[in-house]
Amino acid sequence: MMAALEVRGLKTHFFTRNGVVKAVDGVDLRIEPGRVLGLVGESGSGKSVTGLSILGLIDPPGRIVEGSVKLDGQELVGLDRDAARRVRGRKIAMIFQDPMMTLNPVLRVDTQMSMALRAHESLSKDSIRERSLAALGRVGLPAPEQCLTAYPHQLSGGMRQRVAISIALLHSPSVIVCDEPTTALDVSIQGQILQEMQRLGAELGVALVWITHDLAVVSSLAHDIAVMYAGRIVEHGPTEDVLAHPRHHYTRGLLDSVPGEGTPGEKLAQIPGSIPALIDLPPGCAFKARCGRADGACETMPEIADLGQGRGARCVHPLEAA
Amino acid sequence: MLGFLIQRVLQAAAVMVIISVLVFVGVFAIGNPIDVLIAPDATQDIRLDTIRRYGFDQPLWKQYLNFVTSLVQGNFGRSFVFNMPVLDLILSRLPATLELTLAAVIGATIVGVPLGMYAGYRPHAITSRAIMGLSVIGFSVPTFWVGLLLIMGFAVELGWLPAGGRGDTVAVLGVQWSVLTLSGWSHLVLPALTLSLFRMALMIRMARAGMREAMLSDYVRFARAQGLSDTKVIFGHVLKNISIPLVTVFGLELAATLAFAVVTETIFSWPGLGKLIIDSIQSLDRPVMVAYLMLVAFLFIMINFAVDVAYAALDPRVRGRS
Amino acid sequence: MTRRDASPFIRFCSEFAENRLALFAFSVVVIIVGAAILAPLFTPQDPYDIGKLILGDARRPPGYVGRGGYVHLLGTDAQGRDLWSAILYGLRISVQIGLTAGAVAFVVGGALGVVAAFAGGRIEALIMRFVDLQLSFPTILLALVISAILGQGKWQLTVALVASQYAYFARTAHGAAVAERAKEYVEAALSTPLSSGVVVFRHILPNCMPPLIVVATVQIANAISLEATLSFLGLGLPVTHPSLGMLIANGFQYMLSGRYWISIYPGIALIMLILAINLVSDQVRDQLNPRLQR
Repeated sequence: MMAALEVRGLKTHFFTRNGVVKAVDGVDLRIEPGRVLGLVGESGSGKSVTGLSILGLIDPPGRIVEGSVKLDGQELVGLDRDAARRVRGRKIAMIFQDPMMTLNPVLRVDTQMSMALRAHESLSKDSIRERSLAALGRVGLPAPEQCLTAYPHQLSGGMRQRVAISIALLHSPSVIVCDEPTTALDVSIQGQILQEMQRLGAELGVALVWITHDLAVVSSLAHDIAVMYAGRIVEHGPTEDVLAHPRHHYTRGLLDSVPGEGTPGEKLAQIPGSIPALIDLPPGCAFKARCGRADGACETMPEIADLGQGRGARCVHPLEAA
Repeated sequence: MLGFLIQRVLQAAAVMVIISVLVFVGVFAIGNPIDVLIAPDATQDIRLDTIRRYGFDQPLWKQYLNFVTSLVQGNFGRSFVFNMPVLDLILSRLPATLELTLAAVIGATIVGVPLGMYAGYRPHAITSRAIMGLSVIGFSVPTFWVGLLLIMGFAVELGWLPAGGRGDTVAVLGVQWSVLTLSGWSHLVLPALTLSLFRMALMIRMARAGMREAMLSDYVRFARAQGLSDTKVIFGHVLKNISIPLVTVFGLELAATLAFAVVTETIFSWPGLGKLIIDSIQSLDRPVMVAYLMLVAFLFIMINFAVDVAYAALDPRVRGRS
Repeated sequence: MTRRDASPFIRFCSEFAENRLALFAFSVVVIIVGAAILAPLFTPQDPYDIGKLILGDARRPPGYVGRGGYVHLLGTDAQGRDLWSAILYGLRISVQIGLTAGAVAFVVGGALGVVAAFAGGRIEALIMRFVDLQLSFPTILLALVISAILGQGKWQLTVALVASQYAYFARTAHGAAVAERAKEYVEAALSTPLSSGVVVFRHILPNCMPPLIVVATVQIANAISLEATLSFLGLGLPVTHPSLGMLIANGFQYMLSGRYWISIYPGIALIMLILAINLVSDQVRDQLNPRLQR
């Protein structure tokens, strides 16, 4: 089966006055239609830039310097502006973190939806209204007509995000990249949106790339997971498997630092040190300064070792399989 | 919406009252108003008589009350210098100033805003840098110098346009307008250009700043992710957002230009309010000064009010409050 | 030591120096200010000393050798003043008044804004209403009227300028102080035994400085421009102390008869000063603007 989205060797660098920031430095991803891939990492790991690169929304001083992004087999890197624009929003869509900022506050919902529709199709006013109402209904909004004529600030946070999702679905894309869409919402609403997205993914066969720093979200939603650190994927595999038996030390560290299972009063585990700045990264494994197991072999950047059964980890001393 | 309007009207009225007190005290209480009215060698009798006639022997607050009562009746007193009712004097000069001001501000907006928007859209292009360079020069040069240069260039050297005065007028609705005649236009061009340069520079800079900020905002990113072309993004989304601060600036500019016309009118001998106020300041014609300041204050308040209303009309978030 | 380790001030300066235009403008400002301060050393004539003026030398074109025995580099004006000297002294006045008015307005307005932000409640509302009121009134009118009422003279002019400009500082300071006030570190600091005065001075004020500095640079240029305009209109400084504006005004009538230099050269000097200051302030503003930093 052809992958809905296939990314190979993606490198996105930012050429600033202080040096080159290698935000994404060799990322491979693959996602089948209808599946959810969780892209996990802390702030500064490059996950958002990855999402933007896939959509082709990187502005100067940033640039995709290398790599391929194939959407349903079509190569996206290197497309000219018009061709790229025609793909965006139609075959692949993106939603962002804070719906108050992503929806234009001075325009009504129906205006914004109509603009999104007419970007790719010419439709009569009636069809526009029909399609908009259908899209709003599909994301579980209780009163679609009222939503249509409302302004974003008149809706609650969860409703706003649903509107954003419905806009993303307007042209039935094959892939939707979701950049932390629930981080800005209340925990209870988070759960609802997650359920909604799962349903939509299964129903419509849309593949989702879910970018987040929250392991809990990923564990309940994603089929597969890819962990990012300092611009590279350091581990990937089926979610349950990775979270239960991580092979990379960073993943282990992340799981350990999630408070929860320990006894009260116990000190919270933390990964020592902090994320290195993406300018002037030292050679070798980016995690070696914080890794308990690092040694001389870690001075060269390891490739992703194939550990069988769809698992991979970028480490020369991977943790034991359980 | 109605509550909002009423609140604003009340505020405006309160402000007018405060200003009337300040203006009155400022102008009449400082210095000796008598000295302008009578010759220095006048006899004591004439002095006392004049004082009584003009009410200067009464306590200040009584003078103020008289002032306000006659104000309400539309009587601003008589000019010390011209010996005619101040109201008539001002009204006869108002159209000229209005013409000049409107021509200058409208011209500045029509030229400045598109230029500024382009400069904000492509900030690193050579044209944009040129535009910004010109704008810095535009507001660094004091208005009076621009006028001098223009006179030297176009009137003296090239002889294309007249160096001063107002052209032939046509009476419309009982008021004299010069824009309806060719000679009127030729006389209007240079002073309007002088006056508009500073405003234009300001508009350019504001439009550019607004544009740059907008292009970096989340909703623009979301719109581009939907596949909207840049043109659609700018005219559909961004324009509405930046028009809000621009309208505010336009209103304030209108008011400020009205005041700034003072200098330009002096240089070009344009028979408007500006020249009147300079003359009356120099000759200490106090009733004219007071009336002018009140009028300008009133205009300001009206303009601010109009801007507030426009703001509420353009920004739906404001309507909900208050 | 990488760039990041240097103090913020040094970082600021080195980033500033990278923009060649701003650097050039800054050096122009320094040169002009220096020349203005050291004016007596560079000028063959003291333009304020009426006794030294030779009427017979009036209205001479640039390059003319006058009765005083020296070359009038830029010609002479209608009273026989050597234009080069008059311009330098005029620049001196401009710089003096611009800086003084700017500094006083900075202090007065800044203090007012911060105090208003911390007094809170009705005092704050009252002060800010008044400031807003004044801001919507055009500076030039205000300056005109105050100038007219107070009469001519240096300090009167400065008062007029300060009165029309403090409002910008007040509004900016208030806005910045309110934003800081809401931040958590202020709550934390106020809950310690430190007096609120100390909190304001040592913590809040430094954080309000960047926008105030930007306003200051713009306002200094404005003050200079305003002073020139007032002098041009005949208010401001007395005839014996010609500032650039007055020189331009005096020379205006000779423009039509071709003796352009009396107005043009002072004008060029004035514009150079204001333009240079504006270029510098543009760069300062871009560097201090958090929203434009990626």
